[in-house]
Amino acid sequence: MELVLGLKYIAVALLIGFGAIGTAVGFGNMGGKFLEACARQPELAPSLQVKMFILAGLIDAVAMIGVGIAMVLLFVL
Amino acid sequence: MAAGEELTLSGHIQHHLTNAKMCTVDGSVAFNKACSEVGFWTWHIDTLAWSIGLGILFLWIFRSVANKATVGVPGKLQCFVEMVVEFVAANVRDTFHGKSKLIAPLALTIFVWVFLMNLMDLVPVDFLPAFAGWVGATFFGMDSHDVYMKIVPTTDINMTAALAIGVFILMIGYSIRIKGVLGFIKELTLHPFNSPNIVVQILLIPFNLLLETIALVSKPFSLALRLFGNLYAGELIFILIGAIGLAQLPLHFVWAVFHILVIVLQAFVFMMLTIVYLSMASSDNH
Repeated sequence: MELVLGLKYIAVALLIGFGAIGTAVGFGNMGGKFLEACARQPELAPSLQVKMFILAGLIDAVAMIGVGIAMVLLFVL
Repeated sequence: MAAGEELTLSGHIQHHLTNAKMCTVDGSVAFNKACSEVGFWTWHIDTLAWSIGLGILFLWIFRSVANKATVGVPGKLQCFVEMVVEFVAANVRDTFHGKSKLIAPLALTIFVWVFLMNLMDLVPVDFLPAFAGWVGATFFGMDSHDVYMKIVPTTDINMTAALAIGVFILMIGYSIRIKGVLGFIKELTLHPFNSPNIVVQILLIPFNLLLETIALVSKPFSLALRLFGNLYAGELIFILIGAIGLAQLPLHFVWAVFHILVIVLQAFVFMMLTIVYLSMASSDNH
């Protein structure tokens, strides 16, 4: 039982941690590129911002699903 | 929470994340714990009631505004509704390359409905469940721990999956309507790998079918799980913050402010992806 509990915590940590790495890299790339593009062509900024938010939602999603599953593991199961 | 169990964090969270269930056992209606053995035909009445109620609220507000719409100086509510409608219409016009009278109303409904359902997340986590528990204890003589109420419909996977299945059916319907049954089958089997040589082409069919089927089926899955995962994790973090005593107030504020972004963004992403998927389904060239 102890072992199962320990493994569960490790699984939760891996889920949240690796999800965070993925989103961090994704957001870093996207945010950097967005700022770059806005600095080059400020008049495109509003339309790029909308697209950036769509992509932010997409990037966010997988990690958030991971966090949700981790939370279920941690508190419900 | 099971009777006799003391108040633990885990029990508190489980109580918050359990739906009010309804089912029929031996021909009579039963609730909650009696339903644990029934399996598939269990209705989550709180999800149904809140989602249908919010849908009616949305239809009622928008309809009353549309009926009272004036070309003179508009009221604040009319301005707001016009802004929402124009925002959705602009997105549909930019993204959907085809002719359909269904897409814009569908997108508006999805956007506002999902937004309203997500918005229930900002109601403090204990208010409505505690109220429901009080009502159950006072008027129906139940133990208030046996009254379940999950007020955010989108934290129920059944709700988001139902939305996604609706979109999935529309995707297939549009594909068949625009391209015909044969065109739809061709799209599933002759892409992405094709060859001028007929024998090689036939050999490639199973591979293409596998890839395209996975691509098709993963769309509703990702739609449903994205919305569910975001809202479920958000709601759980609200409940967790609520469990740490008085320090919860500033933390709740910070998380709620961040969550406003998530709520609108997820509703928007669901709408945009619906439009994009339907646009892909109804475009003839691959």
